[in-house]
Amino acid sequence: MQPDGLIAVVKRDCPTCNLIVPVLRQLAASEASLSVYSQDDATFPDGMSSVIDDTELDHSYRLGIEIVPTLIRMKDGREIGRAVGWDRAEWEQIAGLGGLGEGLPDSRPGCGSKTDEPGIAERLAARHGAVQFQSRSVQMPSFADPVEVCFERGWTDGLPVVPPTPERVFAMLKGTSRAPQAIVGQIPPDYVACTVEKVAINAVMAGCKPEYLPVVLTAVEAALVPDFGLHGVLATTNFIGPVVMVNGPIARAIGMNARGNALGQGNRANATIGRALQLVVRNVGGGRPGEIDRATLGNPGKYTFCFAEDEEGSQWESFAVERGFPRSASTVTVFVGDGATPIVDEISRTPESLARSFAACLRAAHHPKKVIDVAAFLVVTPEHARVFHDAGWSKQRLKTELEALLQIPVSDLLRGAHGIEAGILPQDAPDPNGTLPKFRTGSLNIVRAGGSAGKFSAYISGLGSITINPVTKEIAP
Amino acid sequence: MTADQTLLDPTSELSPMQRPRLARPSSLEGLTIGLLDISKKRGDVFLDRLDARLRERGLAVKRYRKPRFSILAPTALKQQIRAECQVLIEALAD
Repeated sequence: MQPDGLIAVVKRDCPTCNLIVPVLRQLAASEASLSVYSQDDATFPDGMSSVIDDTELDHSYRLGIEIVPTLIRMKDGREIGRAVGWDRAEWEQIAGLGGLGEGLPDSRPGCGSKTDEPGIAERLAARHGAVQFQSRSVQMPSFADPVEVCFERGWTDGLPVVPPTPERVFAMLKGTSRAPQAIVGQIPPDYVACTVEKVAINAVMAGCKPEYLPVVLTAVEAALVPDFGLHGVLATTNFIGPVVMVNGPIARAIGMNARGNALGQGNRANATIGRALQLVVRNVGGGRPGEIDRATLGNPGKYTFCFAEDEEGSQWESFAVERGFPRSASTVTVFVGDGATPIVDEISRTPESLARSFAACLRAAHHPKKVIDVAAFLVVTPEHARVFHDAGWSKQRLKTELEALLQIPVSDLLRGAHGIEAGILPQDAPDPNGTLPKFRTGSLNIVRAGGSAGKFSAYISGLGSITINPVTKEIAP
Repeated sequence: MTADQTLLDPTSELSPMQRPRLARPSSLEGLTIGLLDISKKRGDVFLDRLDARLRERGLAVKRYRKPRFSILAPTALKQQIRAECQVLIEALAD
């Protein structure tokens, strides 16, 4: 509780505060109960005896100071008057004293309070309990390195994480309008209810900014749709991990990369959103390698695999639009991937030739004889896309052509064919002279991304069993 | 600032719980043995062989199958197995 009388909140860094130092001296001389709270320097104003050190900003926070100088009058423990910045008439009225600050301008705006500086606002809010966290607090001695503590507790994917302090989690939660204790879903393999707060903690650790949180939350929700088969995805011996693809305006708004090196390193949003999803699976779901995660080799994308589709540079409908979402919608798609396999064709200038190149490479996905349980996202880059655009090929046209080119003769697929024991059994191919499709309907998708130079595309292959499917969800505003 | 630092626990905070395994039967005589095929390919090859070997010994065998290997066994199936068997063998032959 603040004492009755006058309170002035100031900081040395503020020119207006320096300007009104004579006024503070006038008030101190005339009224014994003036308290001056100094935000940045307990010796400011110089030589005044009534200065109270508020460099920890607790008083300023409790008083809700937004601007310095601020003059407040307290009576019976309640605030009865407040002047923000310097305004002689207001100050005289609150102080009940005339003739303040002779020779000074009548008014002068103040400066921002230190309580509102980035990083400080969150720390104060956390310290003053603005959010009641439900998660367990882990106390460390001051000499402990929090990064090492996170490793020791098994909270990381093998790379350092950002320590999830209450201040950072508080700031992260500002990225969503959802209540911290709202349930996002049950995360396998432990099937524990996962709250928005838990997602926020893991997003902090992954390195996300608060504005990425809605994307992370939607990615978690999408991965929990039964069609995606998250339990199988994380438990399998297969290579796959979740791949996150973002469509719509939010991708640009948060600075995601859909262009050069879109599938590579270097973009904070791409890198941390994919990582946050994997940390949620690890920490909340309990899906850890060597335990429930039985991957034989895994793939580097299991650290993070996230990109935006390049909608602006494309003449084709985006994947999200194909799925029935309007162009204005921001969506997250999760699908499974085991890495990017290059398709290098620098010569083809006709769509027919380039489609054959694509098909020849796609045919080898997982194994040239593999025609079931394989799926792929074909990522077409600008230089390749131009070949199709110039010839008037829609995305659907390319899909149809690829479907025809990827009808594989059964004679090539049988066990023993081409001297390779692997293959299909005769009973799996009713017509020995017929063909089988490489990809079951809907399991070959086409998206656009990549830099403007390079006649390369790529496909992201993945397990394509009927229990594992891409899922797209709109990001809640 | 206080001397201590605080981190918020990112995990599900499940308390580790140790449950002892059921005691192994000293003999299979008179027991019904369930064989659960999880629907992963070639698991049936292994189970067929076990089935034959167990029946040779005059033991009662019942067969079960999960609809897909990538999902948890449906509750009804688990209840049925528990009601009908004293021993269950779940096999994987990948």
